[in-house]
Amino acid sequence: MNPSPTPAPSPAAPPKIAVVDLWKSFSGKPVLKGLTVEISSGESLVIVGGSGAGKSVFLKHLIGLIRPDRGRVIVDGQDLTSADAAVGLELRKKFGMSFQEGALFDSLDVFENIAFPLRRHTRMTAAEIADRVRECLELVHLPGVERKSPSELSGGMRRRVGLARAIAMKPEILLFDEPNTGLDPITSAVIDNVIVEMREHLPVTMVTITHDMKSAFRIADRVAMLREGVLIATAPPDEFRRIPDPYIQKFIAGEPLEEEVA
Amino acid sequence: MSSSARLLHSVRTPLEAVGLRTTALFEEAGRFFFILYQTGYWLLRRPFDGRQWLRQMVRVGVDSIPVVGLTALFTGMVMALQTYRGFERFHAEAYVGSVVSLSLTRELAPVLAALMIAGRIGSSLAAELGSMRVTEQIDALYAMATEPIHYLIVPRVAATTLMLPPLVACADGLGILGGYGVAVGLMGANPVVYWEKTFQYLDLNDVFSGLIKAAAFGLILSVTGCAKGFFTSGGAEGVGRSTTAAVVMASLVILISDFFLTKLLF
Repeated sequence: MNPSPTPAPSPAAPPKIAVVDLWKSFSGKPVLKGLTVEISSGESLVIVGGSGAGKSVFLKHLIGLIRPDRGRVIVDGQDLTSADAAVGLELRKKFGMSFQEGALFDSLDVFENIAFPLRRHTRMTAAEIADRVRECLELVHLPGVERKSPSELSGGMRRRVGLARAIAMKPEILLFDEPNTGLDPITSAVIDNVIVEMREHLPVTMVTITHDMKSAFRIADRVAMLREGVLIATAPPDEFRRIPDPYIQKFIAGEPLEEEVA
Repeated sequence: MSSSARLLHSVRTPLEAVGLRTTALFEEAGRFFFILYQTGYWLLRRPFDGRQWLRQMVRVGVDSIPVVGLTALFTGMVMALQTYRGFERFHAEAYVGSVVSLSLTRELAPVLAALMIAGRIGSSLAAELGSMRVTEQIDALYAMATEPIHYLIVPRVAATTLMLPPLVACADGLGILGGYGVAVGLMGANPVVYWEKTFQYLDLNDVFSGLIKAAAFGLILSVTGCAKGFFTSGGAEGVGRSTTAAVVMASLVILISDFFLTKLLF
């Protein structure tokens, strides 16, 4: 298949994240089957694939939420999979992750949710934290919601607050778990714009998983297709659109596969 | 199905059931000890979240005073009523105070308070952590380089373990007062004799051993509740299952460990 599923690493610039031969099974059912990919610093990689393809499992491996059965996740040259608890915590400080439904803490209001990592990991003063929270909320176009509780927010707002919390620590790597799922097309586009704008403001490496192709093409430098635990193609958006693989073409067009129709 | 296959099936099915139950039991025990070990590991590590500790101590201790107090008061009252009626038969009414105070401090107050707290706090710990698990809030903590056991479980387990002894001390006092009220006010016992007998055979060791038991029960019920919640899966239904299981399991473990603790302490 063209292009290659695993791009050759550039000797000049070591990858920000290198995933090497990642295997994971749940109850004997393989979900990831030797997945290998490298993500360069500052790149936005979007991984697309159907439900049950292993996208979320892959993303959770990147930040160490799941330990692989085999294989390695290397972040800035350090192996996250074999790191002890203290090194793992330090490595995770490089990440910000935005969860599917926001995963905001119910017991805290919006301000405290965004301030949470700042209070835990920095020595910022109350005024500096307040400024940073305001700045993050402005970046996601949600000024003035600081004192609302998560239950008072709509689904799209919760995700944007989740984004704001993910960027509060100015992370080097941002992970997005299906940022558009279940949202109407307009809110979905707003979220995409927020992600694109964030890239303009922050020098971050981004990994997004989604099954929304429109969104993938908007925010990606490179799109990768995950099918049954294996990356079957990786390419920049324009090239990806032209890959002559029937599964990819049907996925882009949103059409059923022949075997599913039969 | 041939007769040999039927025979094999009839033997295998109950064996499989036994095997599954045994595996599940070991899994539960493994989770309990994992949470217990991790709580110990993170207990004295920084950052120390004083606000969380205080909030949990108020939740477990102060907010539980009414329920534990009422339980102890009425237990002391009913103990006095029952023993007075019984002891009357062989003219030993004077010893009612001793029986009430000894049984409350050594046994009833710690066990009943722990069972009430298992219902009140054990269930809420499981429900709270379980819903945080299924809504990915626990994953979000990991992602923000915060160890969930350090942030969520350590303050809850520590608060429950620390607050059970003072709660039981309150329960001891209220239970003895309840017994006094019924024996003296209702049954006509001599107040001076009753009060004297209450403390005549009561040793400080009885009270302290009861308080040690209380701390052990607090540790058991909080670790059980946290373990059930932390390892919840299966959405809202899973949270419900964890909550029920936390109360049942904590209550059983409290009652079983009570025997061994009593053997050890007295």
